[in-house]
Amino acid sequence: METPVALLLELGVILAALSILGTLARRFTLSPIPLYLLTGLAIGEGGIAPVPAAGEFVGTGAAIGVILLLLVLGLEFSLAEFAVGMRRHVPSALVDAVLNAAPGAVAGWLLGLDGIGMLALAGATYISSSGIVARLLSDLHRLGNRETPAILSVLVLEDLAMALYLPVLAVLASGGVWWQAILGVLAAVGAVLVAFAVSYRWGHHLGRLLSHPDAEQLLLRVLGLTLIVAALAELVHASAAVGAFLVGLTLTGETAARTRAVLSPLRDLFAAVFFLAIGLSVAPADLLPVLPAALALAAVTVVTKVLAGRYAASRDGVGPRGQWRAGTALVARGEFSLVIVGLVGTMHSRLGPLVTAYVFILAIAGPLLTRLAGALPFRTVPLTDAPGGTPPTNNEGPGR
Amino acid sequence: MDVTEVLLPGVGLRYEFTNHRGDRVGVVARRTGDFELVVYEGPDPDEGRSVLQFNSEEADAVAEILGAPRIAERFADLTKEVPGLVSGQVEVGVGSAFDGRPLGDTRARTRTGASIVAVVRGEEVIASPTPQEVLRGGDILVVIGTHGGITGVEQIIRG
Repeated sequence: METPVALLLELGVILAALSILGTLARRFTLSPIPLYLLTGLAIGEGGIAPVPAAGEFVGTGAAIGVILLLLVLGLEFSLAEFAVGMRRHVPSALVDAVLNAAPGAVAGWLLGLDGIGMLALAGATYISSSGIVARLLSDLHRLGNRETPAILSVLVLEDLAMALYLPVLAVLASGGVWWQAILGVLAAVGAVLVAFAVSYRWGHHLGRLLSHPDAEQLLLRVLGLTLIVAALAELVHASAAVGAFLVGLTLTGETAARTRAVLSPLRDLFAAVFFLAIGLSVAPADLLPVLPAALALAAVTVVTKVLAGRYAASRDGVGPRGQWRAGTALVARGEFSLVIVGLVGTMHSRLGPLVTAYVFILAIAGPLLTRLAGALPFRTVPLTDAPGGTPPTNNEGPGR
Repeated sequence: MDVTEVLLPGVGLRYEFTNHRGDRVGVVARRTGDFELVVYEGPDPDEGRSVLQFNSEEADAVAEILGAPRIAERFADLTKEVPGLVSGQVEVGVGSAFDGRPLGDTRARTRTGASIVAVVRGEEVIASPTPQEVLRGGDILVVIGTHGGITGVEQIIRG
């Protein structure tokens, strides 16, 4: 076997660079995702330091990264937590969906995209990054706060919406006439429901089949099954990512917890490669023309997400400051918007750069805004308008 | 004391209570096994101040430290409730016949009718020890039974 020196060296340098950037981002309690995207831009075609040898690996790694991201998301999902979210926050989820998907759809229409493009952009503006937000709440020590359950409930319901939305989008994006699309959509929704039923009724059997006291065995079995299901899903034009998500949904309890622990480091590595690949797939020159649109969309999203978050928190009886914290916490975008664009990216040349720029802006602005909201001065007398107590969204534009 | 349990979807659970001095206290139990202790004391009633963070190992240690006196207390309560039942402590001497041998070898319950309900080893409390639990010199055995039974266990352990 010949050692591919160029590949090893390039990959090593890239990973080391990601590590340094990630550490920097974490120091300021920011998400490293924008920096990973930037790195991807820098090493892509037309970037400052192209890496021809590592390109192919990054492509393969990105595919695995999406599968791992969605598998772990499916593992996170528990029906009990979903039920708790449902009980209190269905109105919040509806407000969230309507307020945030609409700007994307309208923007898509204004930009002259077709139906699928509008649907994809609506999804990208609708869904917050549960990964970034959960990590952010933990980093800012806000897990004990009163507004946190409302935020997390909204995120869980968004994840559920994604479970139904992603297969639908995948089927529609794969083309076909209207009745094929409807059949495909029904099949996709059916698959999600079947996965739920399987996890509810036979989850423990599947768990027993896959579970093994040895971590290595567990990893091989779960990963093997997931990749097979993902490949089959891709074969019937339902997206590999969706297949992986369904596998994650069906695993529950102890097996899910152990799998999560074993897979998480692997997920983090390949997710980083995925963000890198998204950056790679976009030419820096394509970003400039879409920048105004991305900025405008980001500004609208900040307002609509803050409204949705404030509404959710107010349903839990949280005070004004907590409502601002909740609203701003939901602003962050990340993996999902990029997964969505990955599903339809090849058909819409403008969508990729637009969503990449949009995620870039909000992945930075979201954590910053919610940190600022946490520093809001407390007004002891609610009726007097204290200076500096004005809402943060109007002054702290999203474009920074 | 009322402990409220709040589900944090995807993260874990939060327990909340108000202590005897009126402080509002929260404990965030994360699915990863980490814990966070939070106090609500600022002007904003919704905002908690994170006081301490424990990983699962540290949390276990704290739980044992806080829980140890309560185990003894509960045994004392139990013996008050059941007349004729008393609890006692028997030390396994260094170099005792049972130093390094499993608890089952003492056959204490068969021979005396008294039960060994816990082994206290330094700061560690092994509650409900199995017969396979290997005793060490310096261990304190918490025994529940009649006066005679406890004396019997003492004699067996002393050899």
